[in-house]
Amino acid sequence: MLLDSTLRNRGAALAAALMLGTSPVALGAATPDDTLVIAAKIDDIVSIDPAEAFEFNGIDLLNNLYDTLVELDPERPGELVPGLAESWDVSEDGLTFTFTMREGVTFASGNPVRAEDAAFSLQRVIKLNRTPSFILTQFGFTPDNVDDLIVADGNTLRMTIDRPLAPSFVYNCLTALVAAIVDKETVMANEVDGDMGYEWMKANSAGTGAYVLQSYRPSESYLLEAREGHWRGDANLRRVFLRHIPEPSTQRLMLEAGDIDIARDLTPVDVEGMAGNDDVVITDDVGGYIAYIAINGQHETLAHPAVLDAMRWLIDYEGMANSFLKGQQMVHQHFLPRGYLGALEETPYSLDVERAQEILAEAGIETPINATLSVRNSQDRMEMAQSIQNTFAQAGINIELSVGAGAEVLGEYRARQHEITLQAWGPDYPDPHTNASTFAMNPDNSPDAGLTGILAWRNAWDPEDLHEMAEAAVMERDTDARRAMYEEIQRRHRDDSPFIAMFQSIDQTGMRANVQGFHTGGAIDNATYWLATK
Amino acid sequence: MTTVTTMTQWLRDPAPRSRLQARAGQLWLGWLRLRRNRLTVIGLSIVLLLLLVAAFAPWIAPHNPLAQDLSQRLLPPLSPGHLMGTDEFGRDIFSRIVFGSRITLYIVTLVALTAPLFGLIVGTVAGYFGGIVDQVLMRITDIFLAFPRLILALALVAVLGPGIENAVLAIALTAWPPYARVARAETLTVRSSDYIAAARLQGAGGARIVWGHVMPMCVPSVIIRVTLDMAGVILTAAGLGFLGLGVQPPLPEWGQMISAGRKFLFDQWWVATMPGLAIATVSLGFNLLGDGLRDVLDPRSSGK
Amino acid sequence: MTTPPDPVSIRPRLWPRLRGVAGVLVALAATLLGLLLVTFVIGRVVPIDPVLAVIGERATQAQYEAARLSLGLDRPVWEQFAIYVRDALTGDLGTSIRTRTPVADDIRRFFPATLELATLATIIGVILGIPAGVLAATKPGSLLDQAVRLIGLIGYSLPVFWLGLMGLLLFYGILGWVGGPGRLSSGYEMMFEFDVPRVTGMILIDTALAGQWAIFRNALSHIILPAGVLGYYSMAYISRMTRSFMMNELSQEYITTARVKGMPEWRVVWVHALRNVQVPLITVIVLSYATLLEGSVLTETVFAWPGLGLYITTALFSADMPAVLGGTVVVGMVFVGLNMFSDILYRIVDPRAR
Repeated sequence: MLLDSTLRNRGAALAAALMLGTSPVALGAATPDDTLVIAAKIDDIVSIDPAEAFEFNGIDLLNNLYDTLVELDPERPGELVPGLAESWDVSEDGLTFTFTMREGVTFASGNPVRAEDAAFSLQRVIKLNRTPSFILTQFGFTPDNVDDLIVADGNTLRMTIDRPLAPSFVYNCLTALVAAIVDKETVMANEVDGDMGYEWMKANSAGTGAYVLQSYRPSESYLLEAREGHWRGDANLRRVFLRHIPEPSTQRLMLEAGDIDIARDLTPVDVEGMAGNDDVVITDDVGGYIAYIAINGQHETLAHPAVLDAMRWLIDYEGMANSFLKGQQMVHQHFLPRGYLGALEETPYSLDVERAQEILAEAGIETPINATLSVRNSQDRMEMAQSIQNTFAQAGINIELSVGAGAEVLGEYRARQHEITLQAWGPDYPDPHTNASTFAMNPDNSPDAGLTGILAWRNAWDPEDLHEMAEAAVMERDTDARRAMYEEIQRRHRDDSPFIAMFQSIDQTGMRANVQGFHTGGAIDNATYWLATK
Repeated sequence: MTTVTTMTQWLRDPAPRSRLQARAGQLWLGWLRLRRNRLTVIGLSIVLLLLLVAAFAPWIAPHNPLAQDLSQRLLPPLSPGHLMGTDEFGRDIFSRIVFGSRITLYIVTLVALTAPLFGLIVGTVAGYFGGIVDQVLMRITDIFLAFPRLILALALVAVLGPGIENAVLAIALTAWPPYARVARAETLTVRSSDYIAAARLQGAGGARIVWGHVMPMCVPSVIIRVTLDMAGVILTAAGLGFLGLGVQPPLPEWGQMISAGRKFLFDQWWVATMPGLAIATVSLGFNLLGDGLRDVLDPRSSGK
Repeated sequence: MTTPPDPVSIRPRLWPRLRGVAGVLVALAATLLGLLLVTFVIGRVVPIDPVLAVIGERATQAQYEAARLSLGLDRPVWEQFAIYVRDALTGDLGTSIRTRTPVADDIRRFFPATLELATLATIIGVILGIPAGVLAATKPGSLLDQAVRLIGLIGYSLPVFWLGLMGLLLFYGILGWVGGPGRLSSGYEMMFEFDVPRVTGMILIDTALAGQWAIFRNALSHIILPAGVLGYYSMAYISRMTRSFMMNELSQEYITTARVKGMPEWRVVWVHALRNVQVPLITVIVLSYATLLEGSVLTETVFAWPGLGLYITTALFSADMPAVLGGTVVVGMVFVGLNMFSDILYRIVDPRAR
């Protein structure tokens, strides 16, 4: 009977929790004191080799295993600070860069860090020629010439590029993890069939970072162990344990129960639901992703300038950002995310159905127009797509959604087979050129050019003089002038391209209240674990 | 009143005067037995209710199931004008569930028509002709049986692309093997019976015998299975919807509604729970009905 | 999620006329080969390009081609298939495109999780399902019968992901009676990593072997909820089939005779009748077990359970065909193997079987 009444009480508590939306009671299943336990969805990680990794989750991991010559200050986003290079210099003609290596730094193996390791690391990226190598090949390196253009000379590394690019651009590129310095001796000791350690690096690390990879189980977890004698000073917590938890609701339950210290994939609903919980703190960081729709230029009706213009007025930017995207996306109508040089925060477009109808009528466009919007099957994208579908229809543009797996939608996009596609783009390195080079540049718009990595090409769009402007901007050495150039490019791009940028992502991270010093890196940097305490 | 009595008497006549009367009488007896079990009647009522709701959806639903109103989003149940509350786009959940019943019914009907028929053909042909035909067909059946079902459906949807017809096709393709097995087993038992031999002596061809004489014998057991399977079909369709591969938004498919509502499960529980209850109710209805039908039609379990 | 096939339809001679080990093996090989072929064909027609899943947005056409070449996707399809079958025969299931690890290793990691969960769920299903079914059959139409039937059918009718999330909220979030998602709590996960030698990959067994009872208890608290959810479905199925078999058996003459002779009712039901339905019952249990071993994608998603169903599904969405093929082969083999097992049992237990 006693049991019975307890059960009934608990049942009532459940009912109350359900009805009133109160948060579940937290439990005392604490995480180990010396370990930072993180929940994230990491099944997107394809590689943990710096020469190959390109996904955000993989890069976050690498950021804690490796260091680069030039680094970003984790506490002051965007600021360049010395990394494994103590100082650097560029020649008068802007073509030769010299980096002086920091003394006394060792790899986790105990080997000293030499200029030779740095040269090897960069050469390795070019020679392996995986996706992220483009960050370095834009300086003119090829597998054939890289041994001559990147040279170790005593304690310095000399790098010669093919045209006088803005030095800040070069340094920014070198902060990307693709330019991470790996331990040449260790990597080459594990070489198989001349693969430069590629096979071995699938499951091992060989860096100078504060942590060493202890185990990596794809789509399940990774475990990092702090090393002694890290050049920045040892990490605060001995271990970092990251668990793959695919469902956001599940991450939330675990965070509230204290089973994890940090949850990285919370939805706004979860955040709102935890509002009253003092054990949990939410941090907001601007993220780097730009959500946009793009219209294929090969589609005559849709790519008509008036139709494009009308579409810009047919998206309920504010409505979405204030409802189901609240806390997750903010309205952003340019291709450079906030935090980047030249980023613009103005939002000239808003939902205005009448205006869109007028534009269509004036240009003599006949409605209804039927079109297909391709979207990947993730929840937030589907929600955006449904809202767009709803507002487009109000001006006679009838959208049919075509939902597919990520790779499927991407495949169609790369093959120029979409009509309208809803996508998100994340920058690859902390320089405005990263997005300008793909949104506003297109060296050859012909179908045979096969420039599948370039967004403008995928939409069969020739940016004409914007292309030259972007090329000039990446050569401009004066920062203010450079900023002004990107601002102009973006405004014109916003009004006259087949791209409609809508939102910039916000990263909401849930942490137990005792966790301090965890940085997500925001829009331009990556997560740092070594400063965290709890 | 008198017509009813006469009718009942006609049905109960122990010495039927026509084939029609005999059949009708059998059905009547079956109905009486069915009616005795309260749970079966409940199941039948649920299925009938589904039919009615689907047929009269536009008159029952108070709102347009697709109309978005972001200012009215996530209203709790029993809010004015929204019996079951609203979802993340401010759409009326009750109206969506009412219209969603059409989609569910559509899927169920199409699967119920295709999978059993295909399985029936494969099973009866294999069973009747035997030999190498049997070997090959049954091996194929085994292959499909050994395949993880939801994964096969997923793969097929991935091949065909998401959408309601493709979901139906995928489910049907995963659902047929058990029917083939049932039909084959039944065929083996009737193959050597006298009336088949008689038909053969009269010069009927293999196809004709299978179609006209063997298949009808397998129908009752298949029907029972169909009813019991319908709940599984609804749940598989919901599972596909849950994974984003079933019926595409904005169509109000129940599984997809649960999927979209799951992120609200802890705070705005009704968004996912209402369609969850709808699915549970309807599949319970089919299950109760199927269970009851089995008790009535299946001679093995109808004996006291 | 999916209803297991009706055992009655499967039990009769899975391998008709093919007697003897050789025949069985030929049929087994044919089934598996067919299974592979179907999977392979599906993999080729899935409109997802596996290369794209691994090279990312910025890859150039040349990098795309290089990746395609290194994955062997440039060869003709039949050749890829032949190579695959040849390697599979030597136990090499290829390398997963997505995780870059040998598929066999991945499966060794994911399958024990599924096996552990399915086994426990089946045990729960059997322990609850059989007595419930028997009791219901002894008093058909009674309140008890109706209750068993209703509880079972409700189990049949609930979407598993809904039940799973609700269960988590109630038993983990609010009541705190069970461990959360995943196989272990974070701290124990690391203890397991460092202190427990892997023998079977099943945490409950490995920790028991190593005498690590604290980890064992933690693992138990994590598995009990997903196993309970799956066990509920299993129980629904088993109780229903048990009832049906028992009803049939209890109407037989020998039962009446036994009753007339004054044998106690419990003995009639639990010993004589039950013994005679054990054959079909074993088939039912084996089938429900086989279905669970396929891995339940939805349950595994909700409970962050690193199992085979989740593995195959994730692989499917990135067109990681080596992984999908490997997973399917394993599931297919398990299914076919269990069927053979139940066939053999059938012969041993029931002398009447041919």
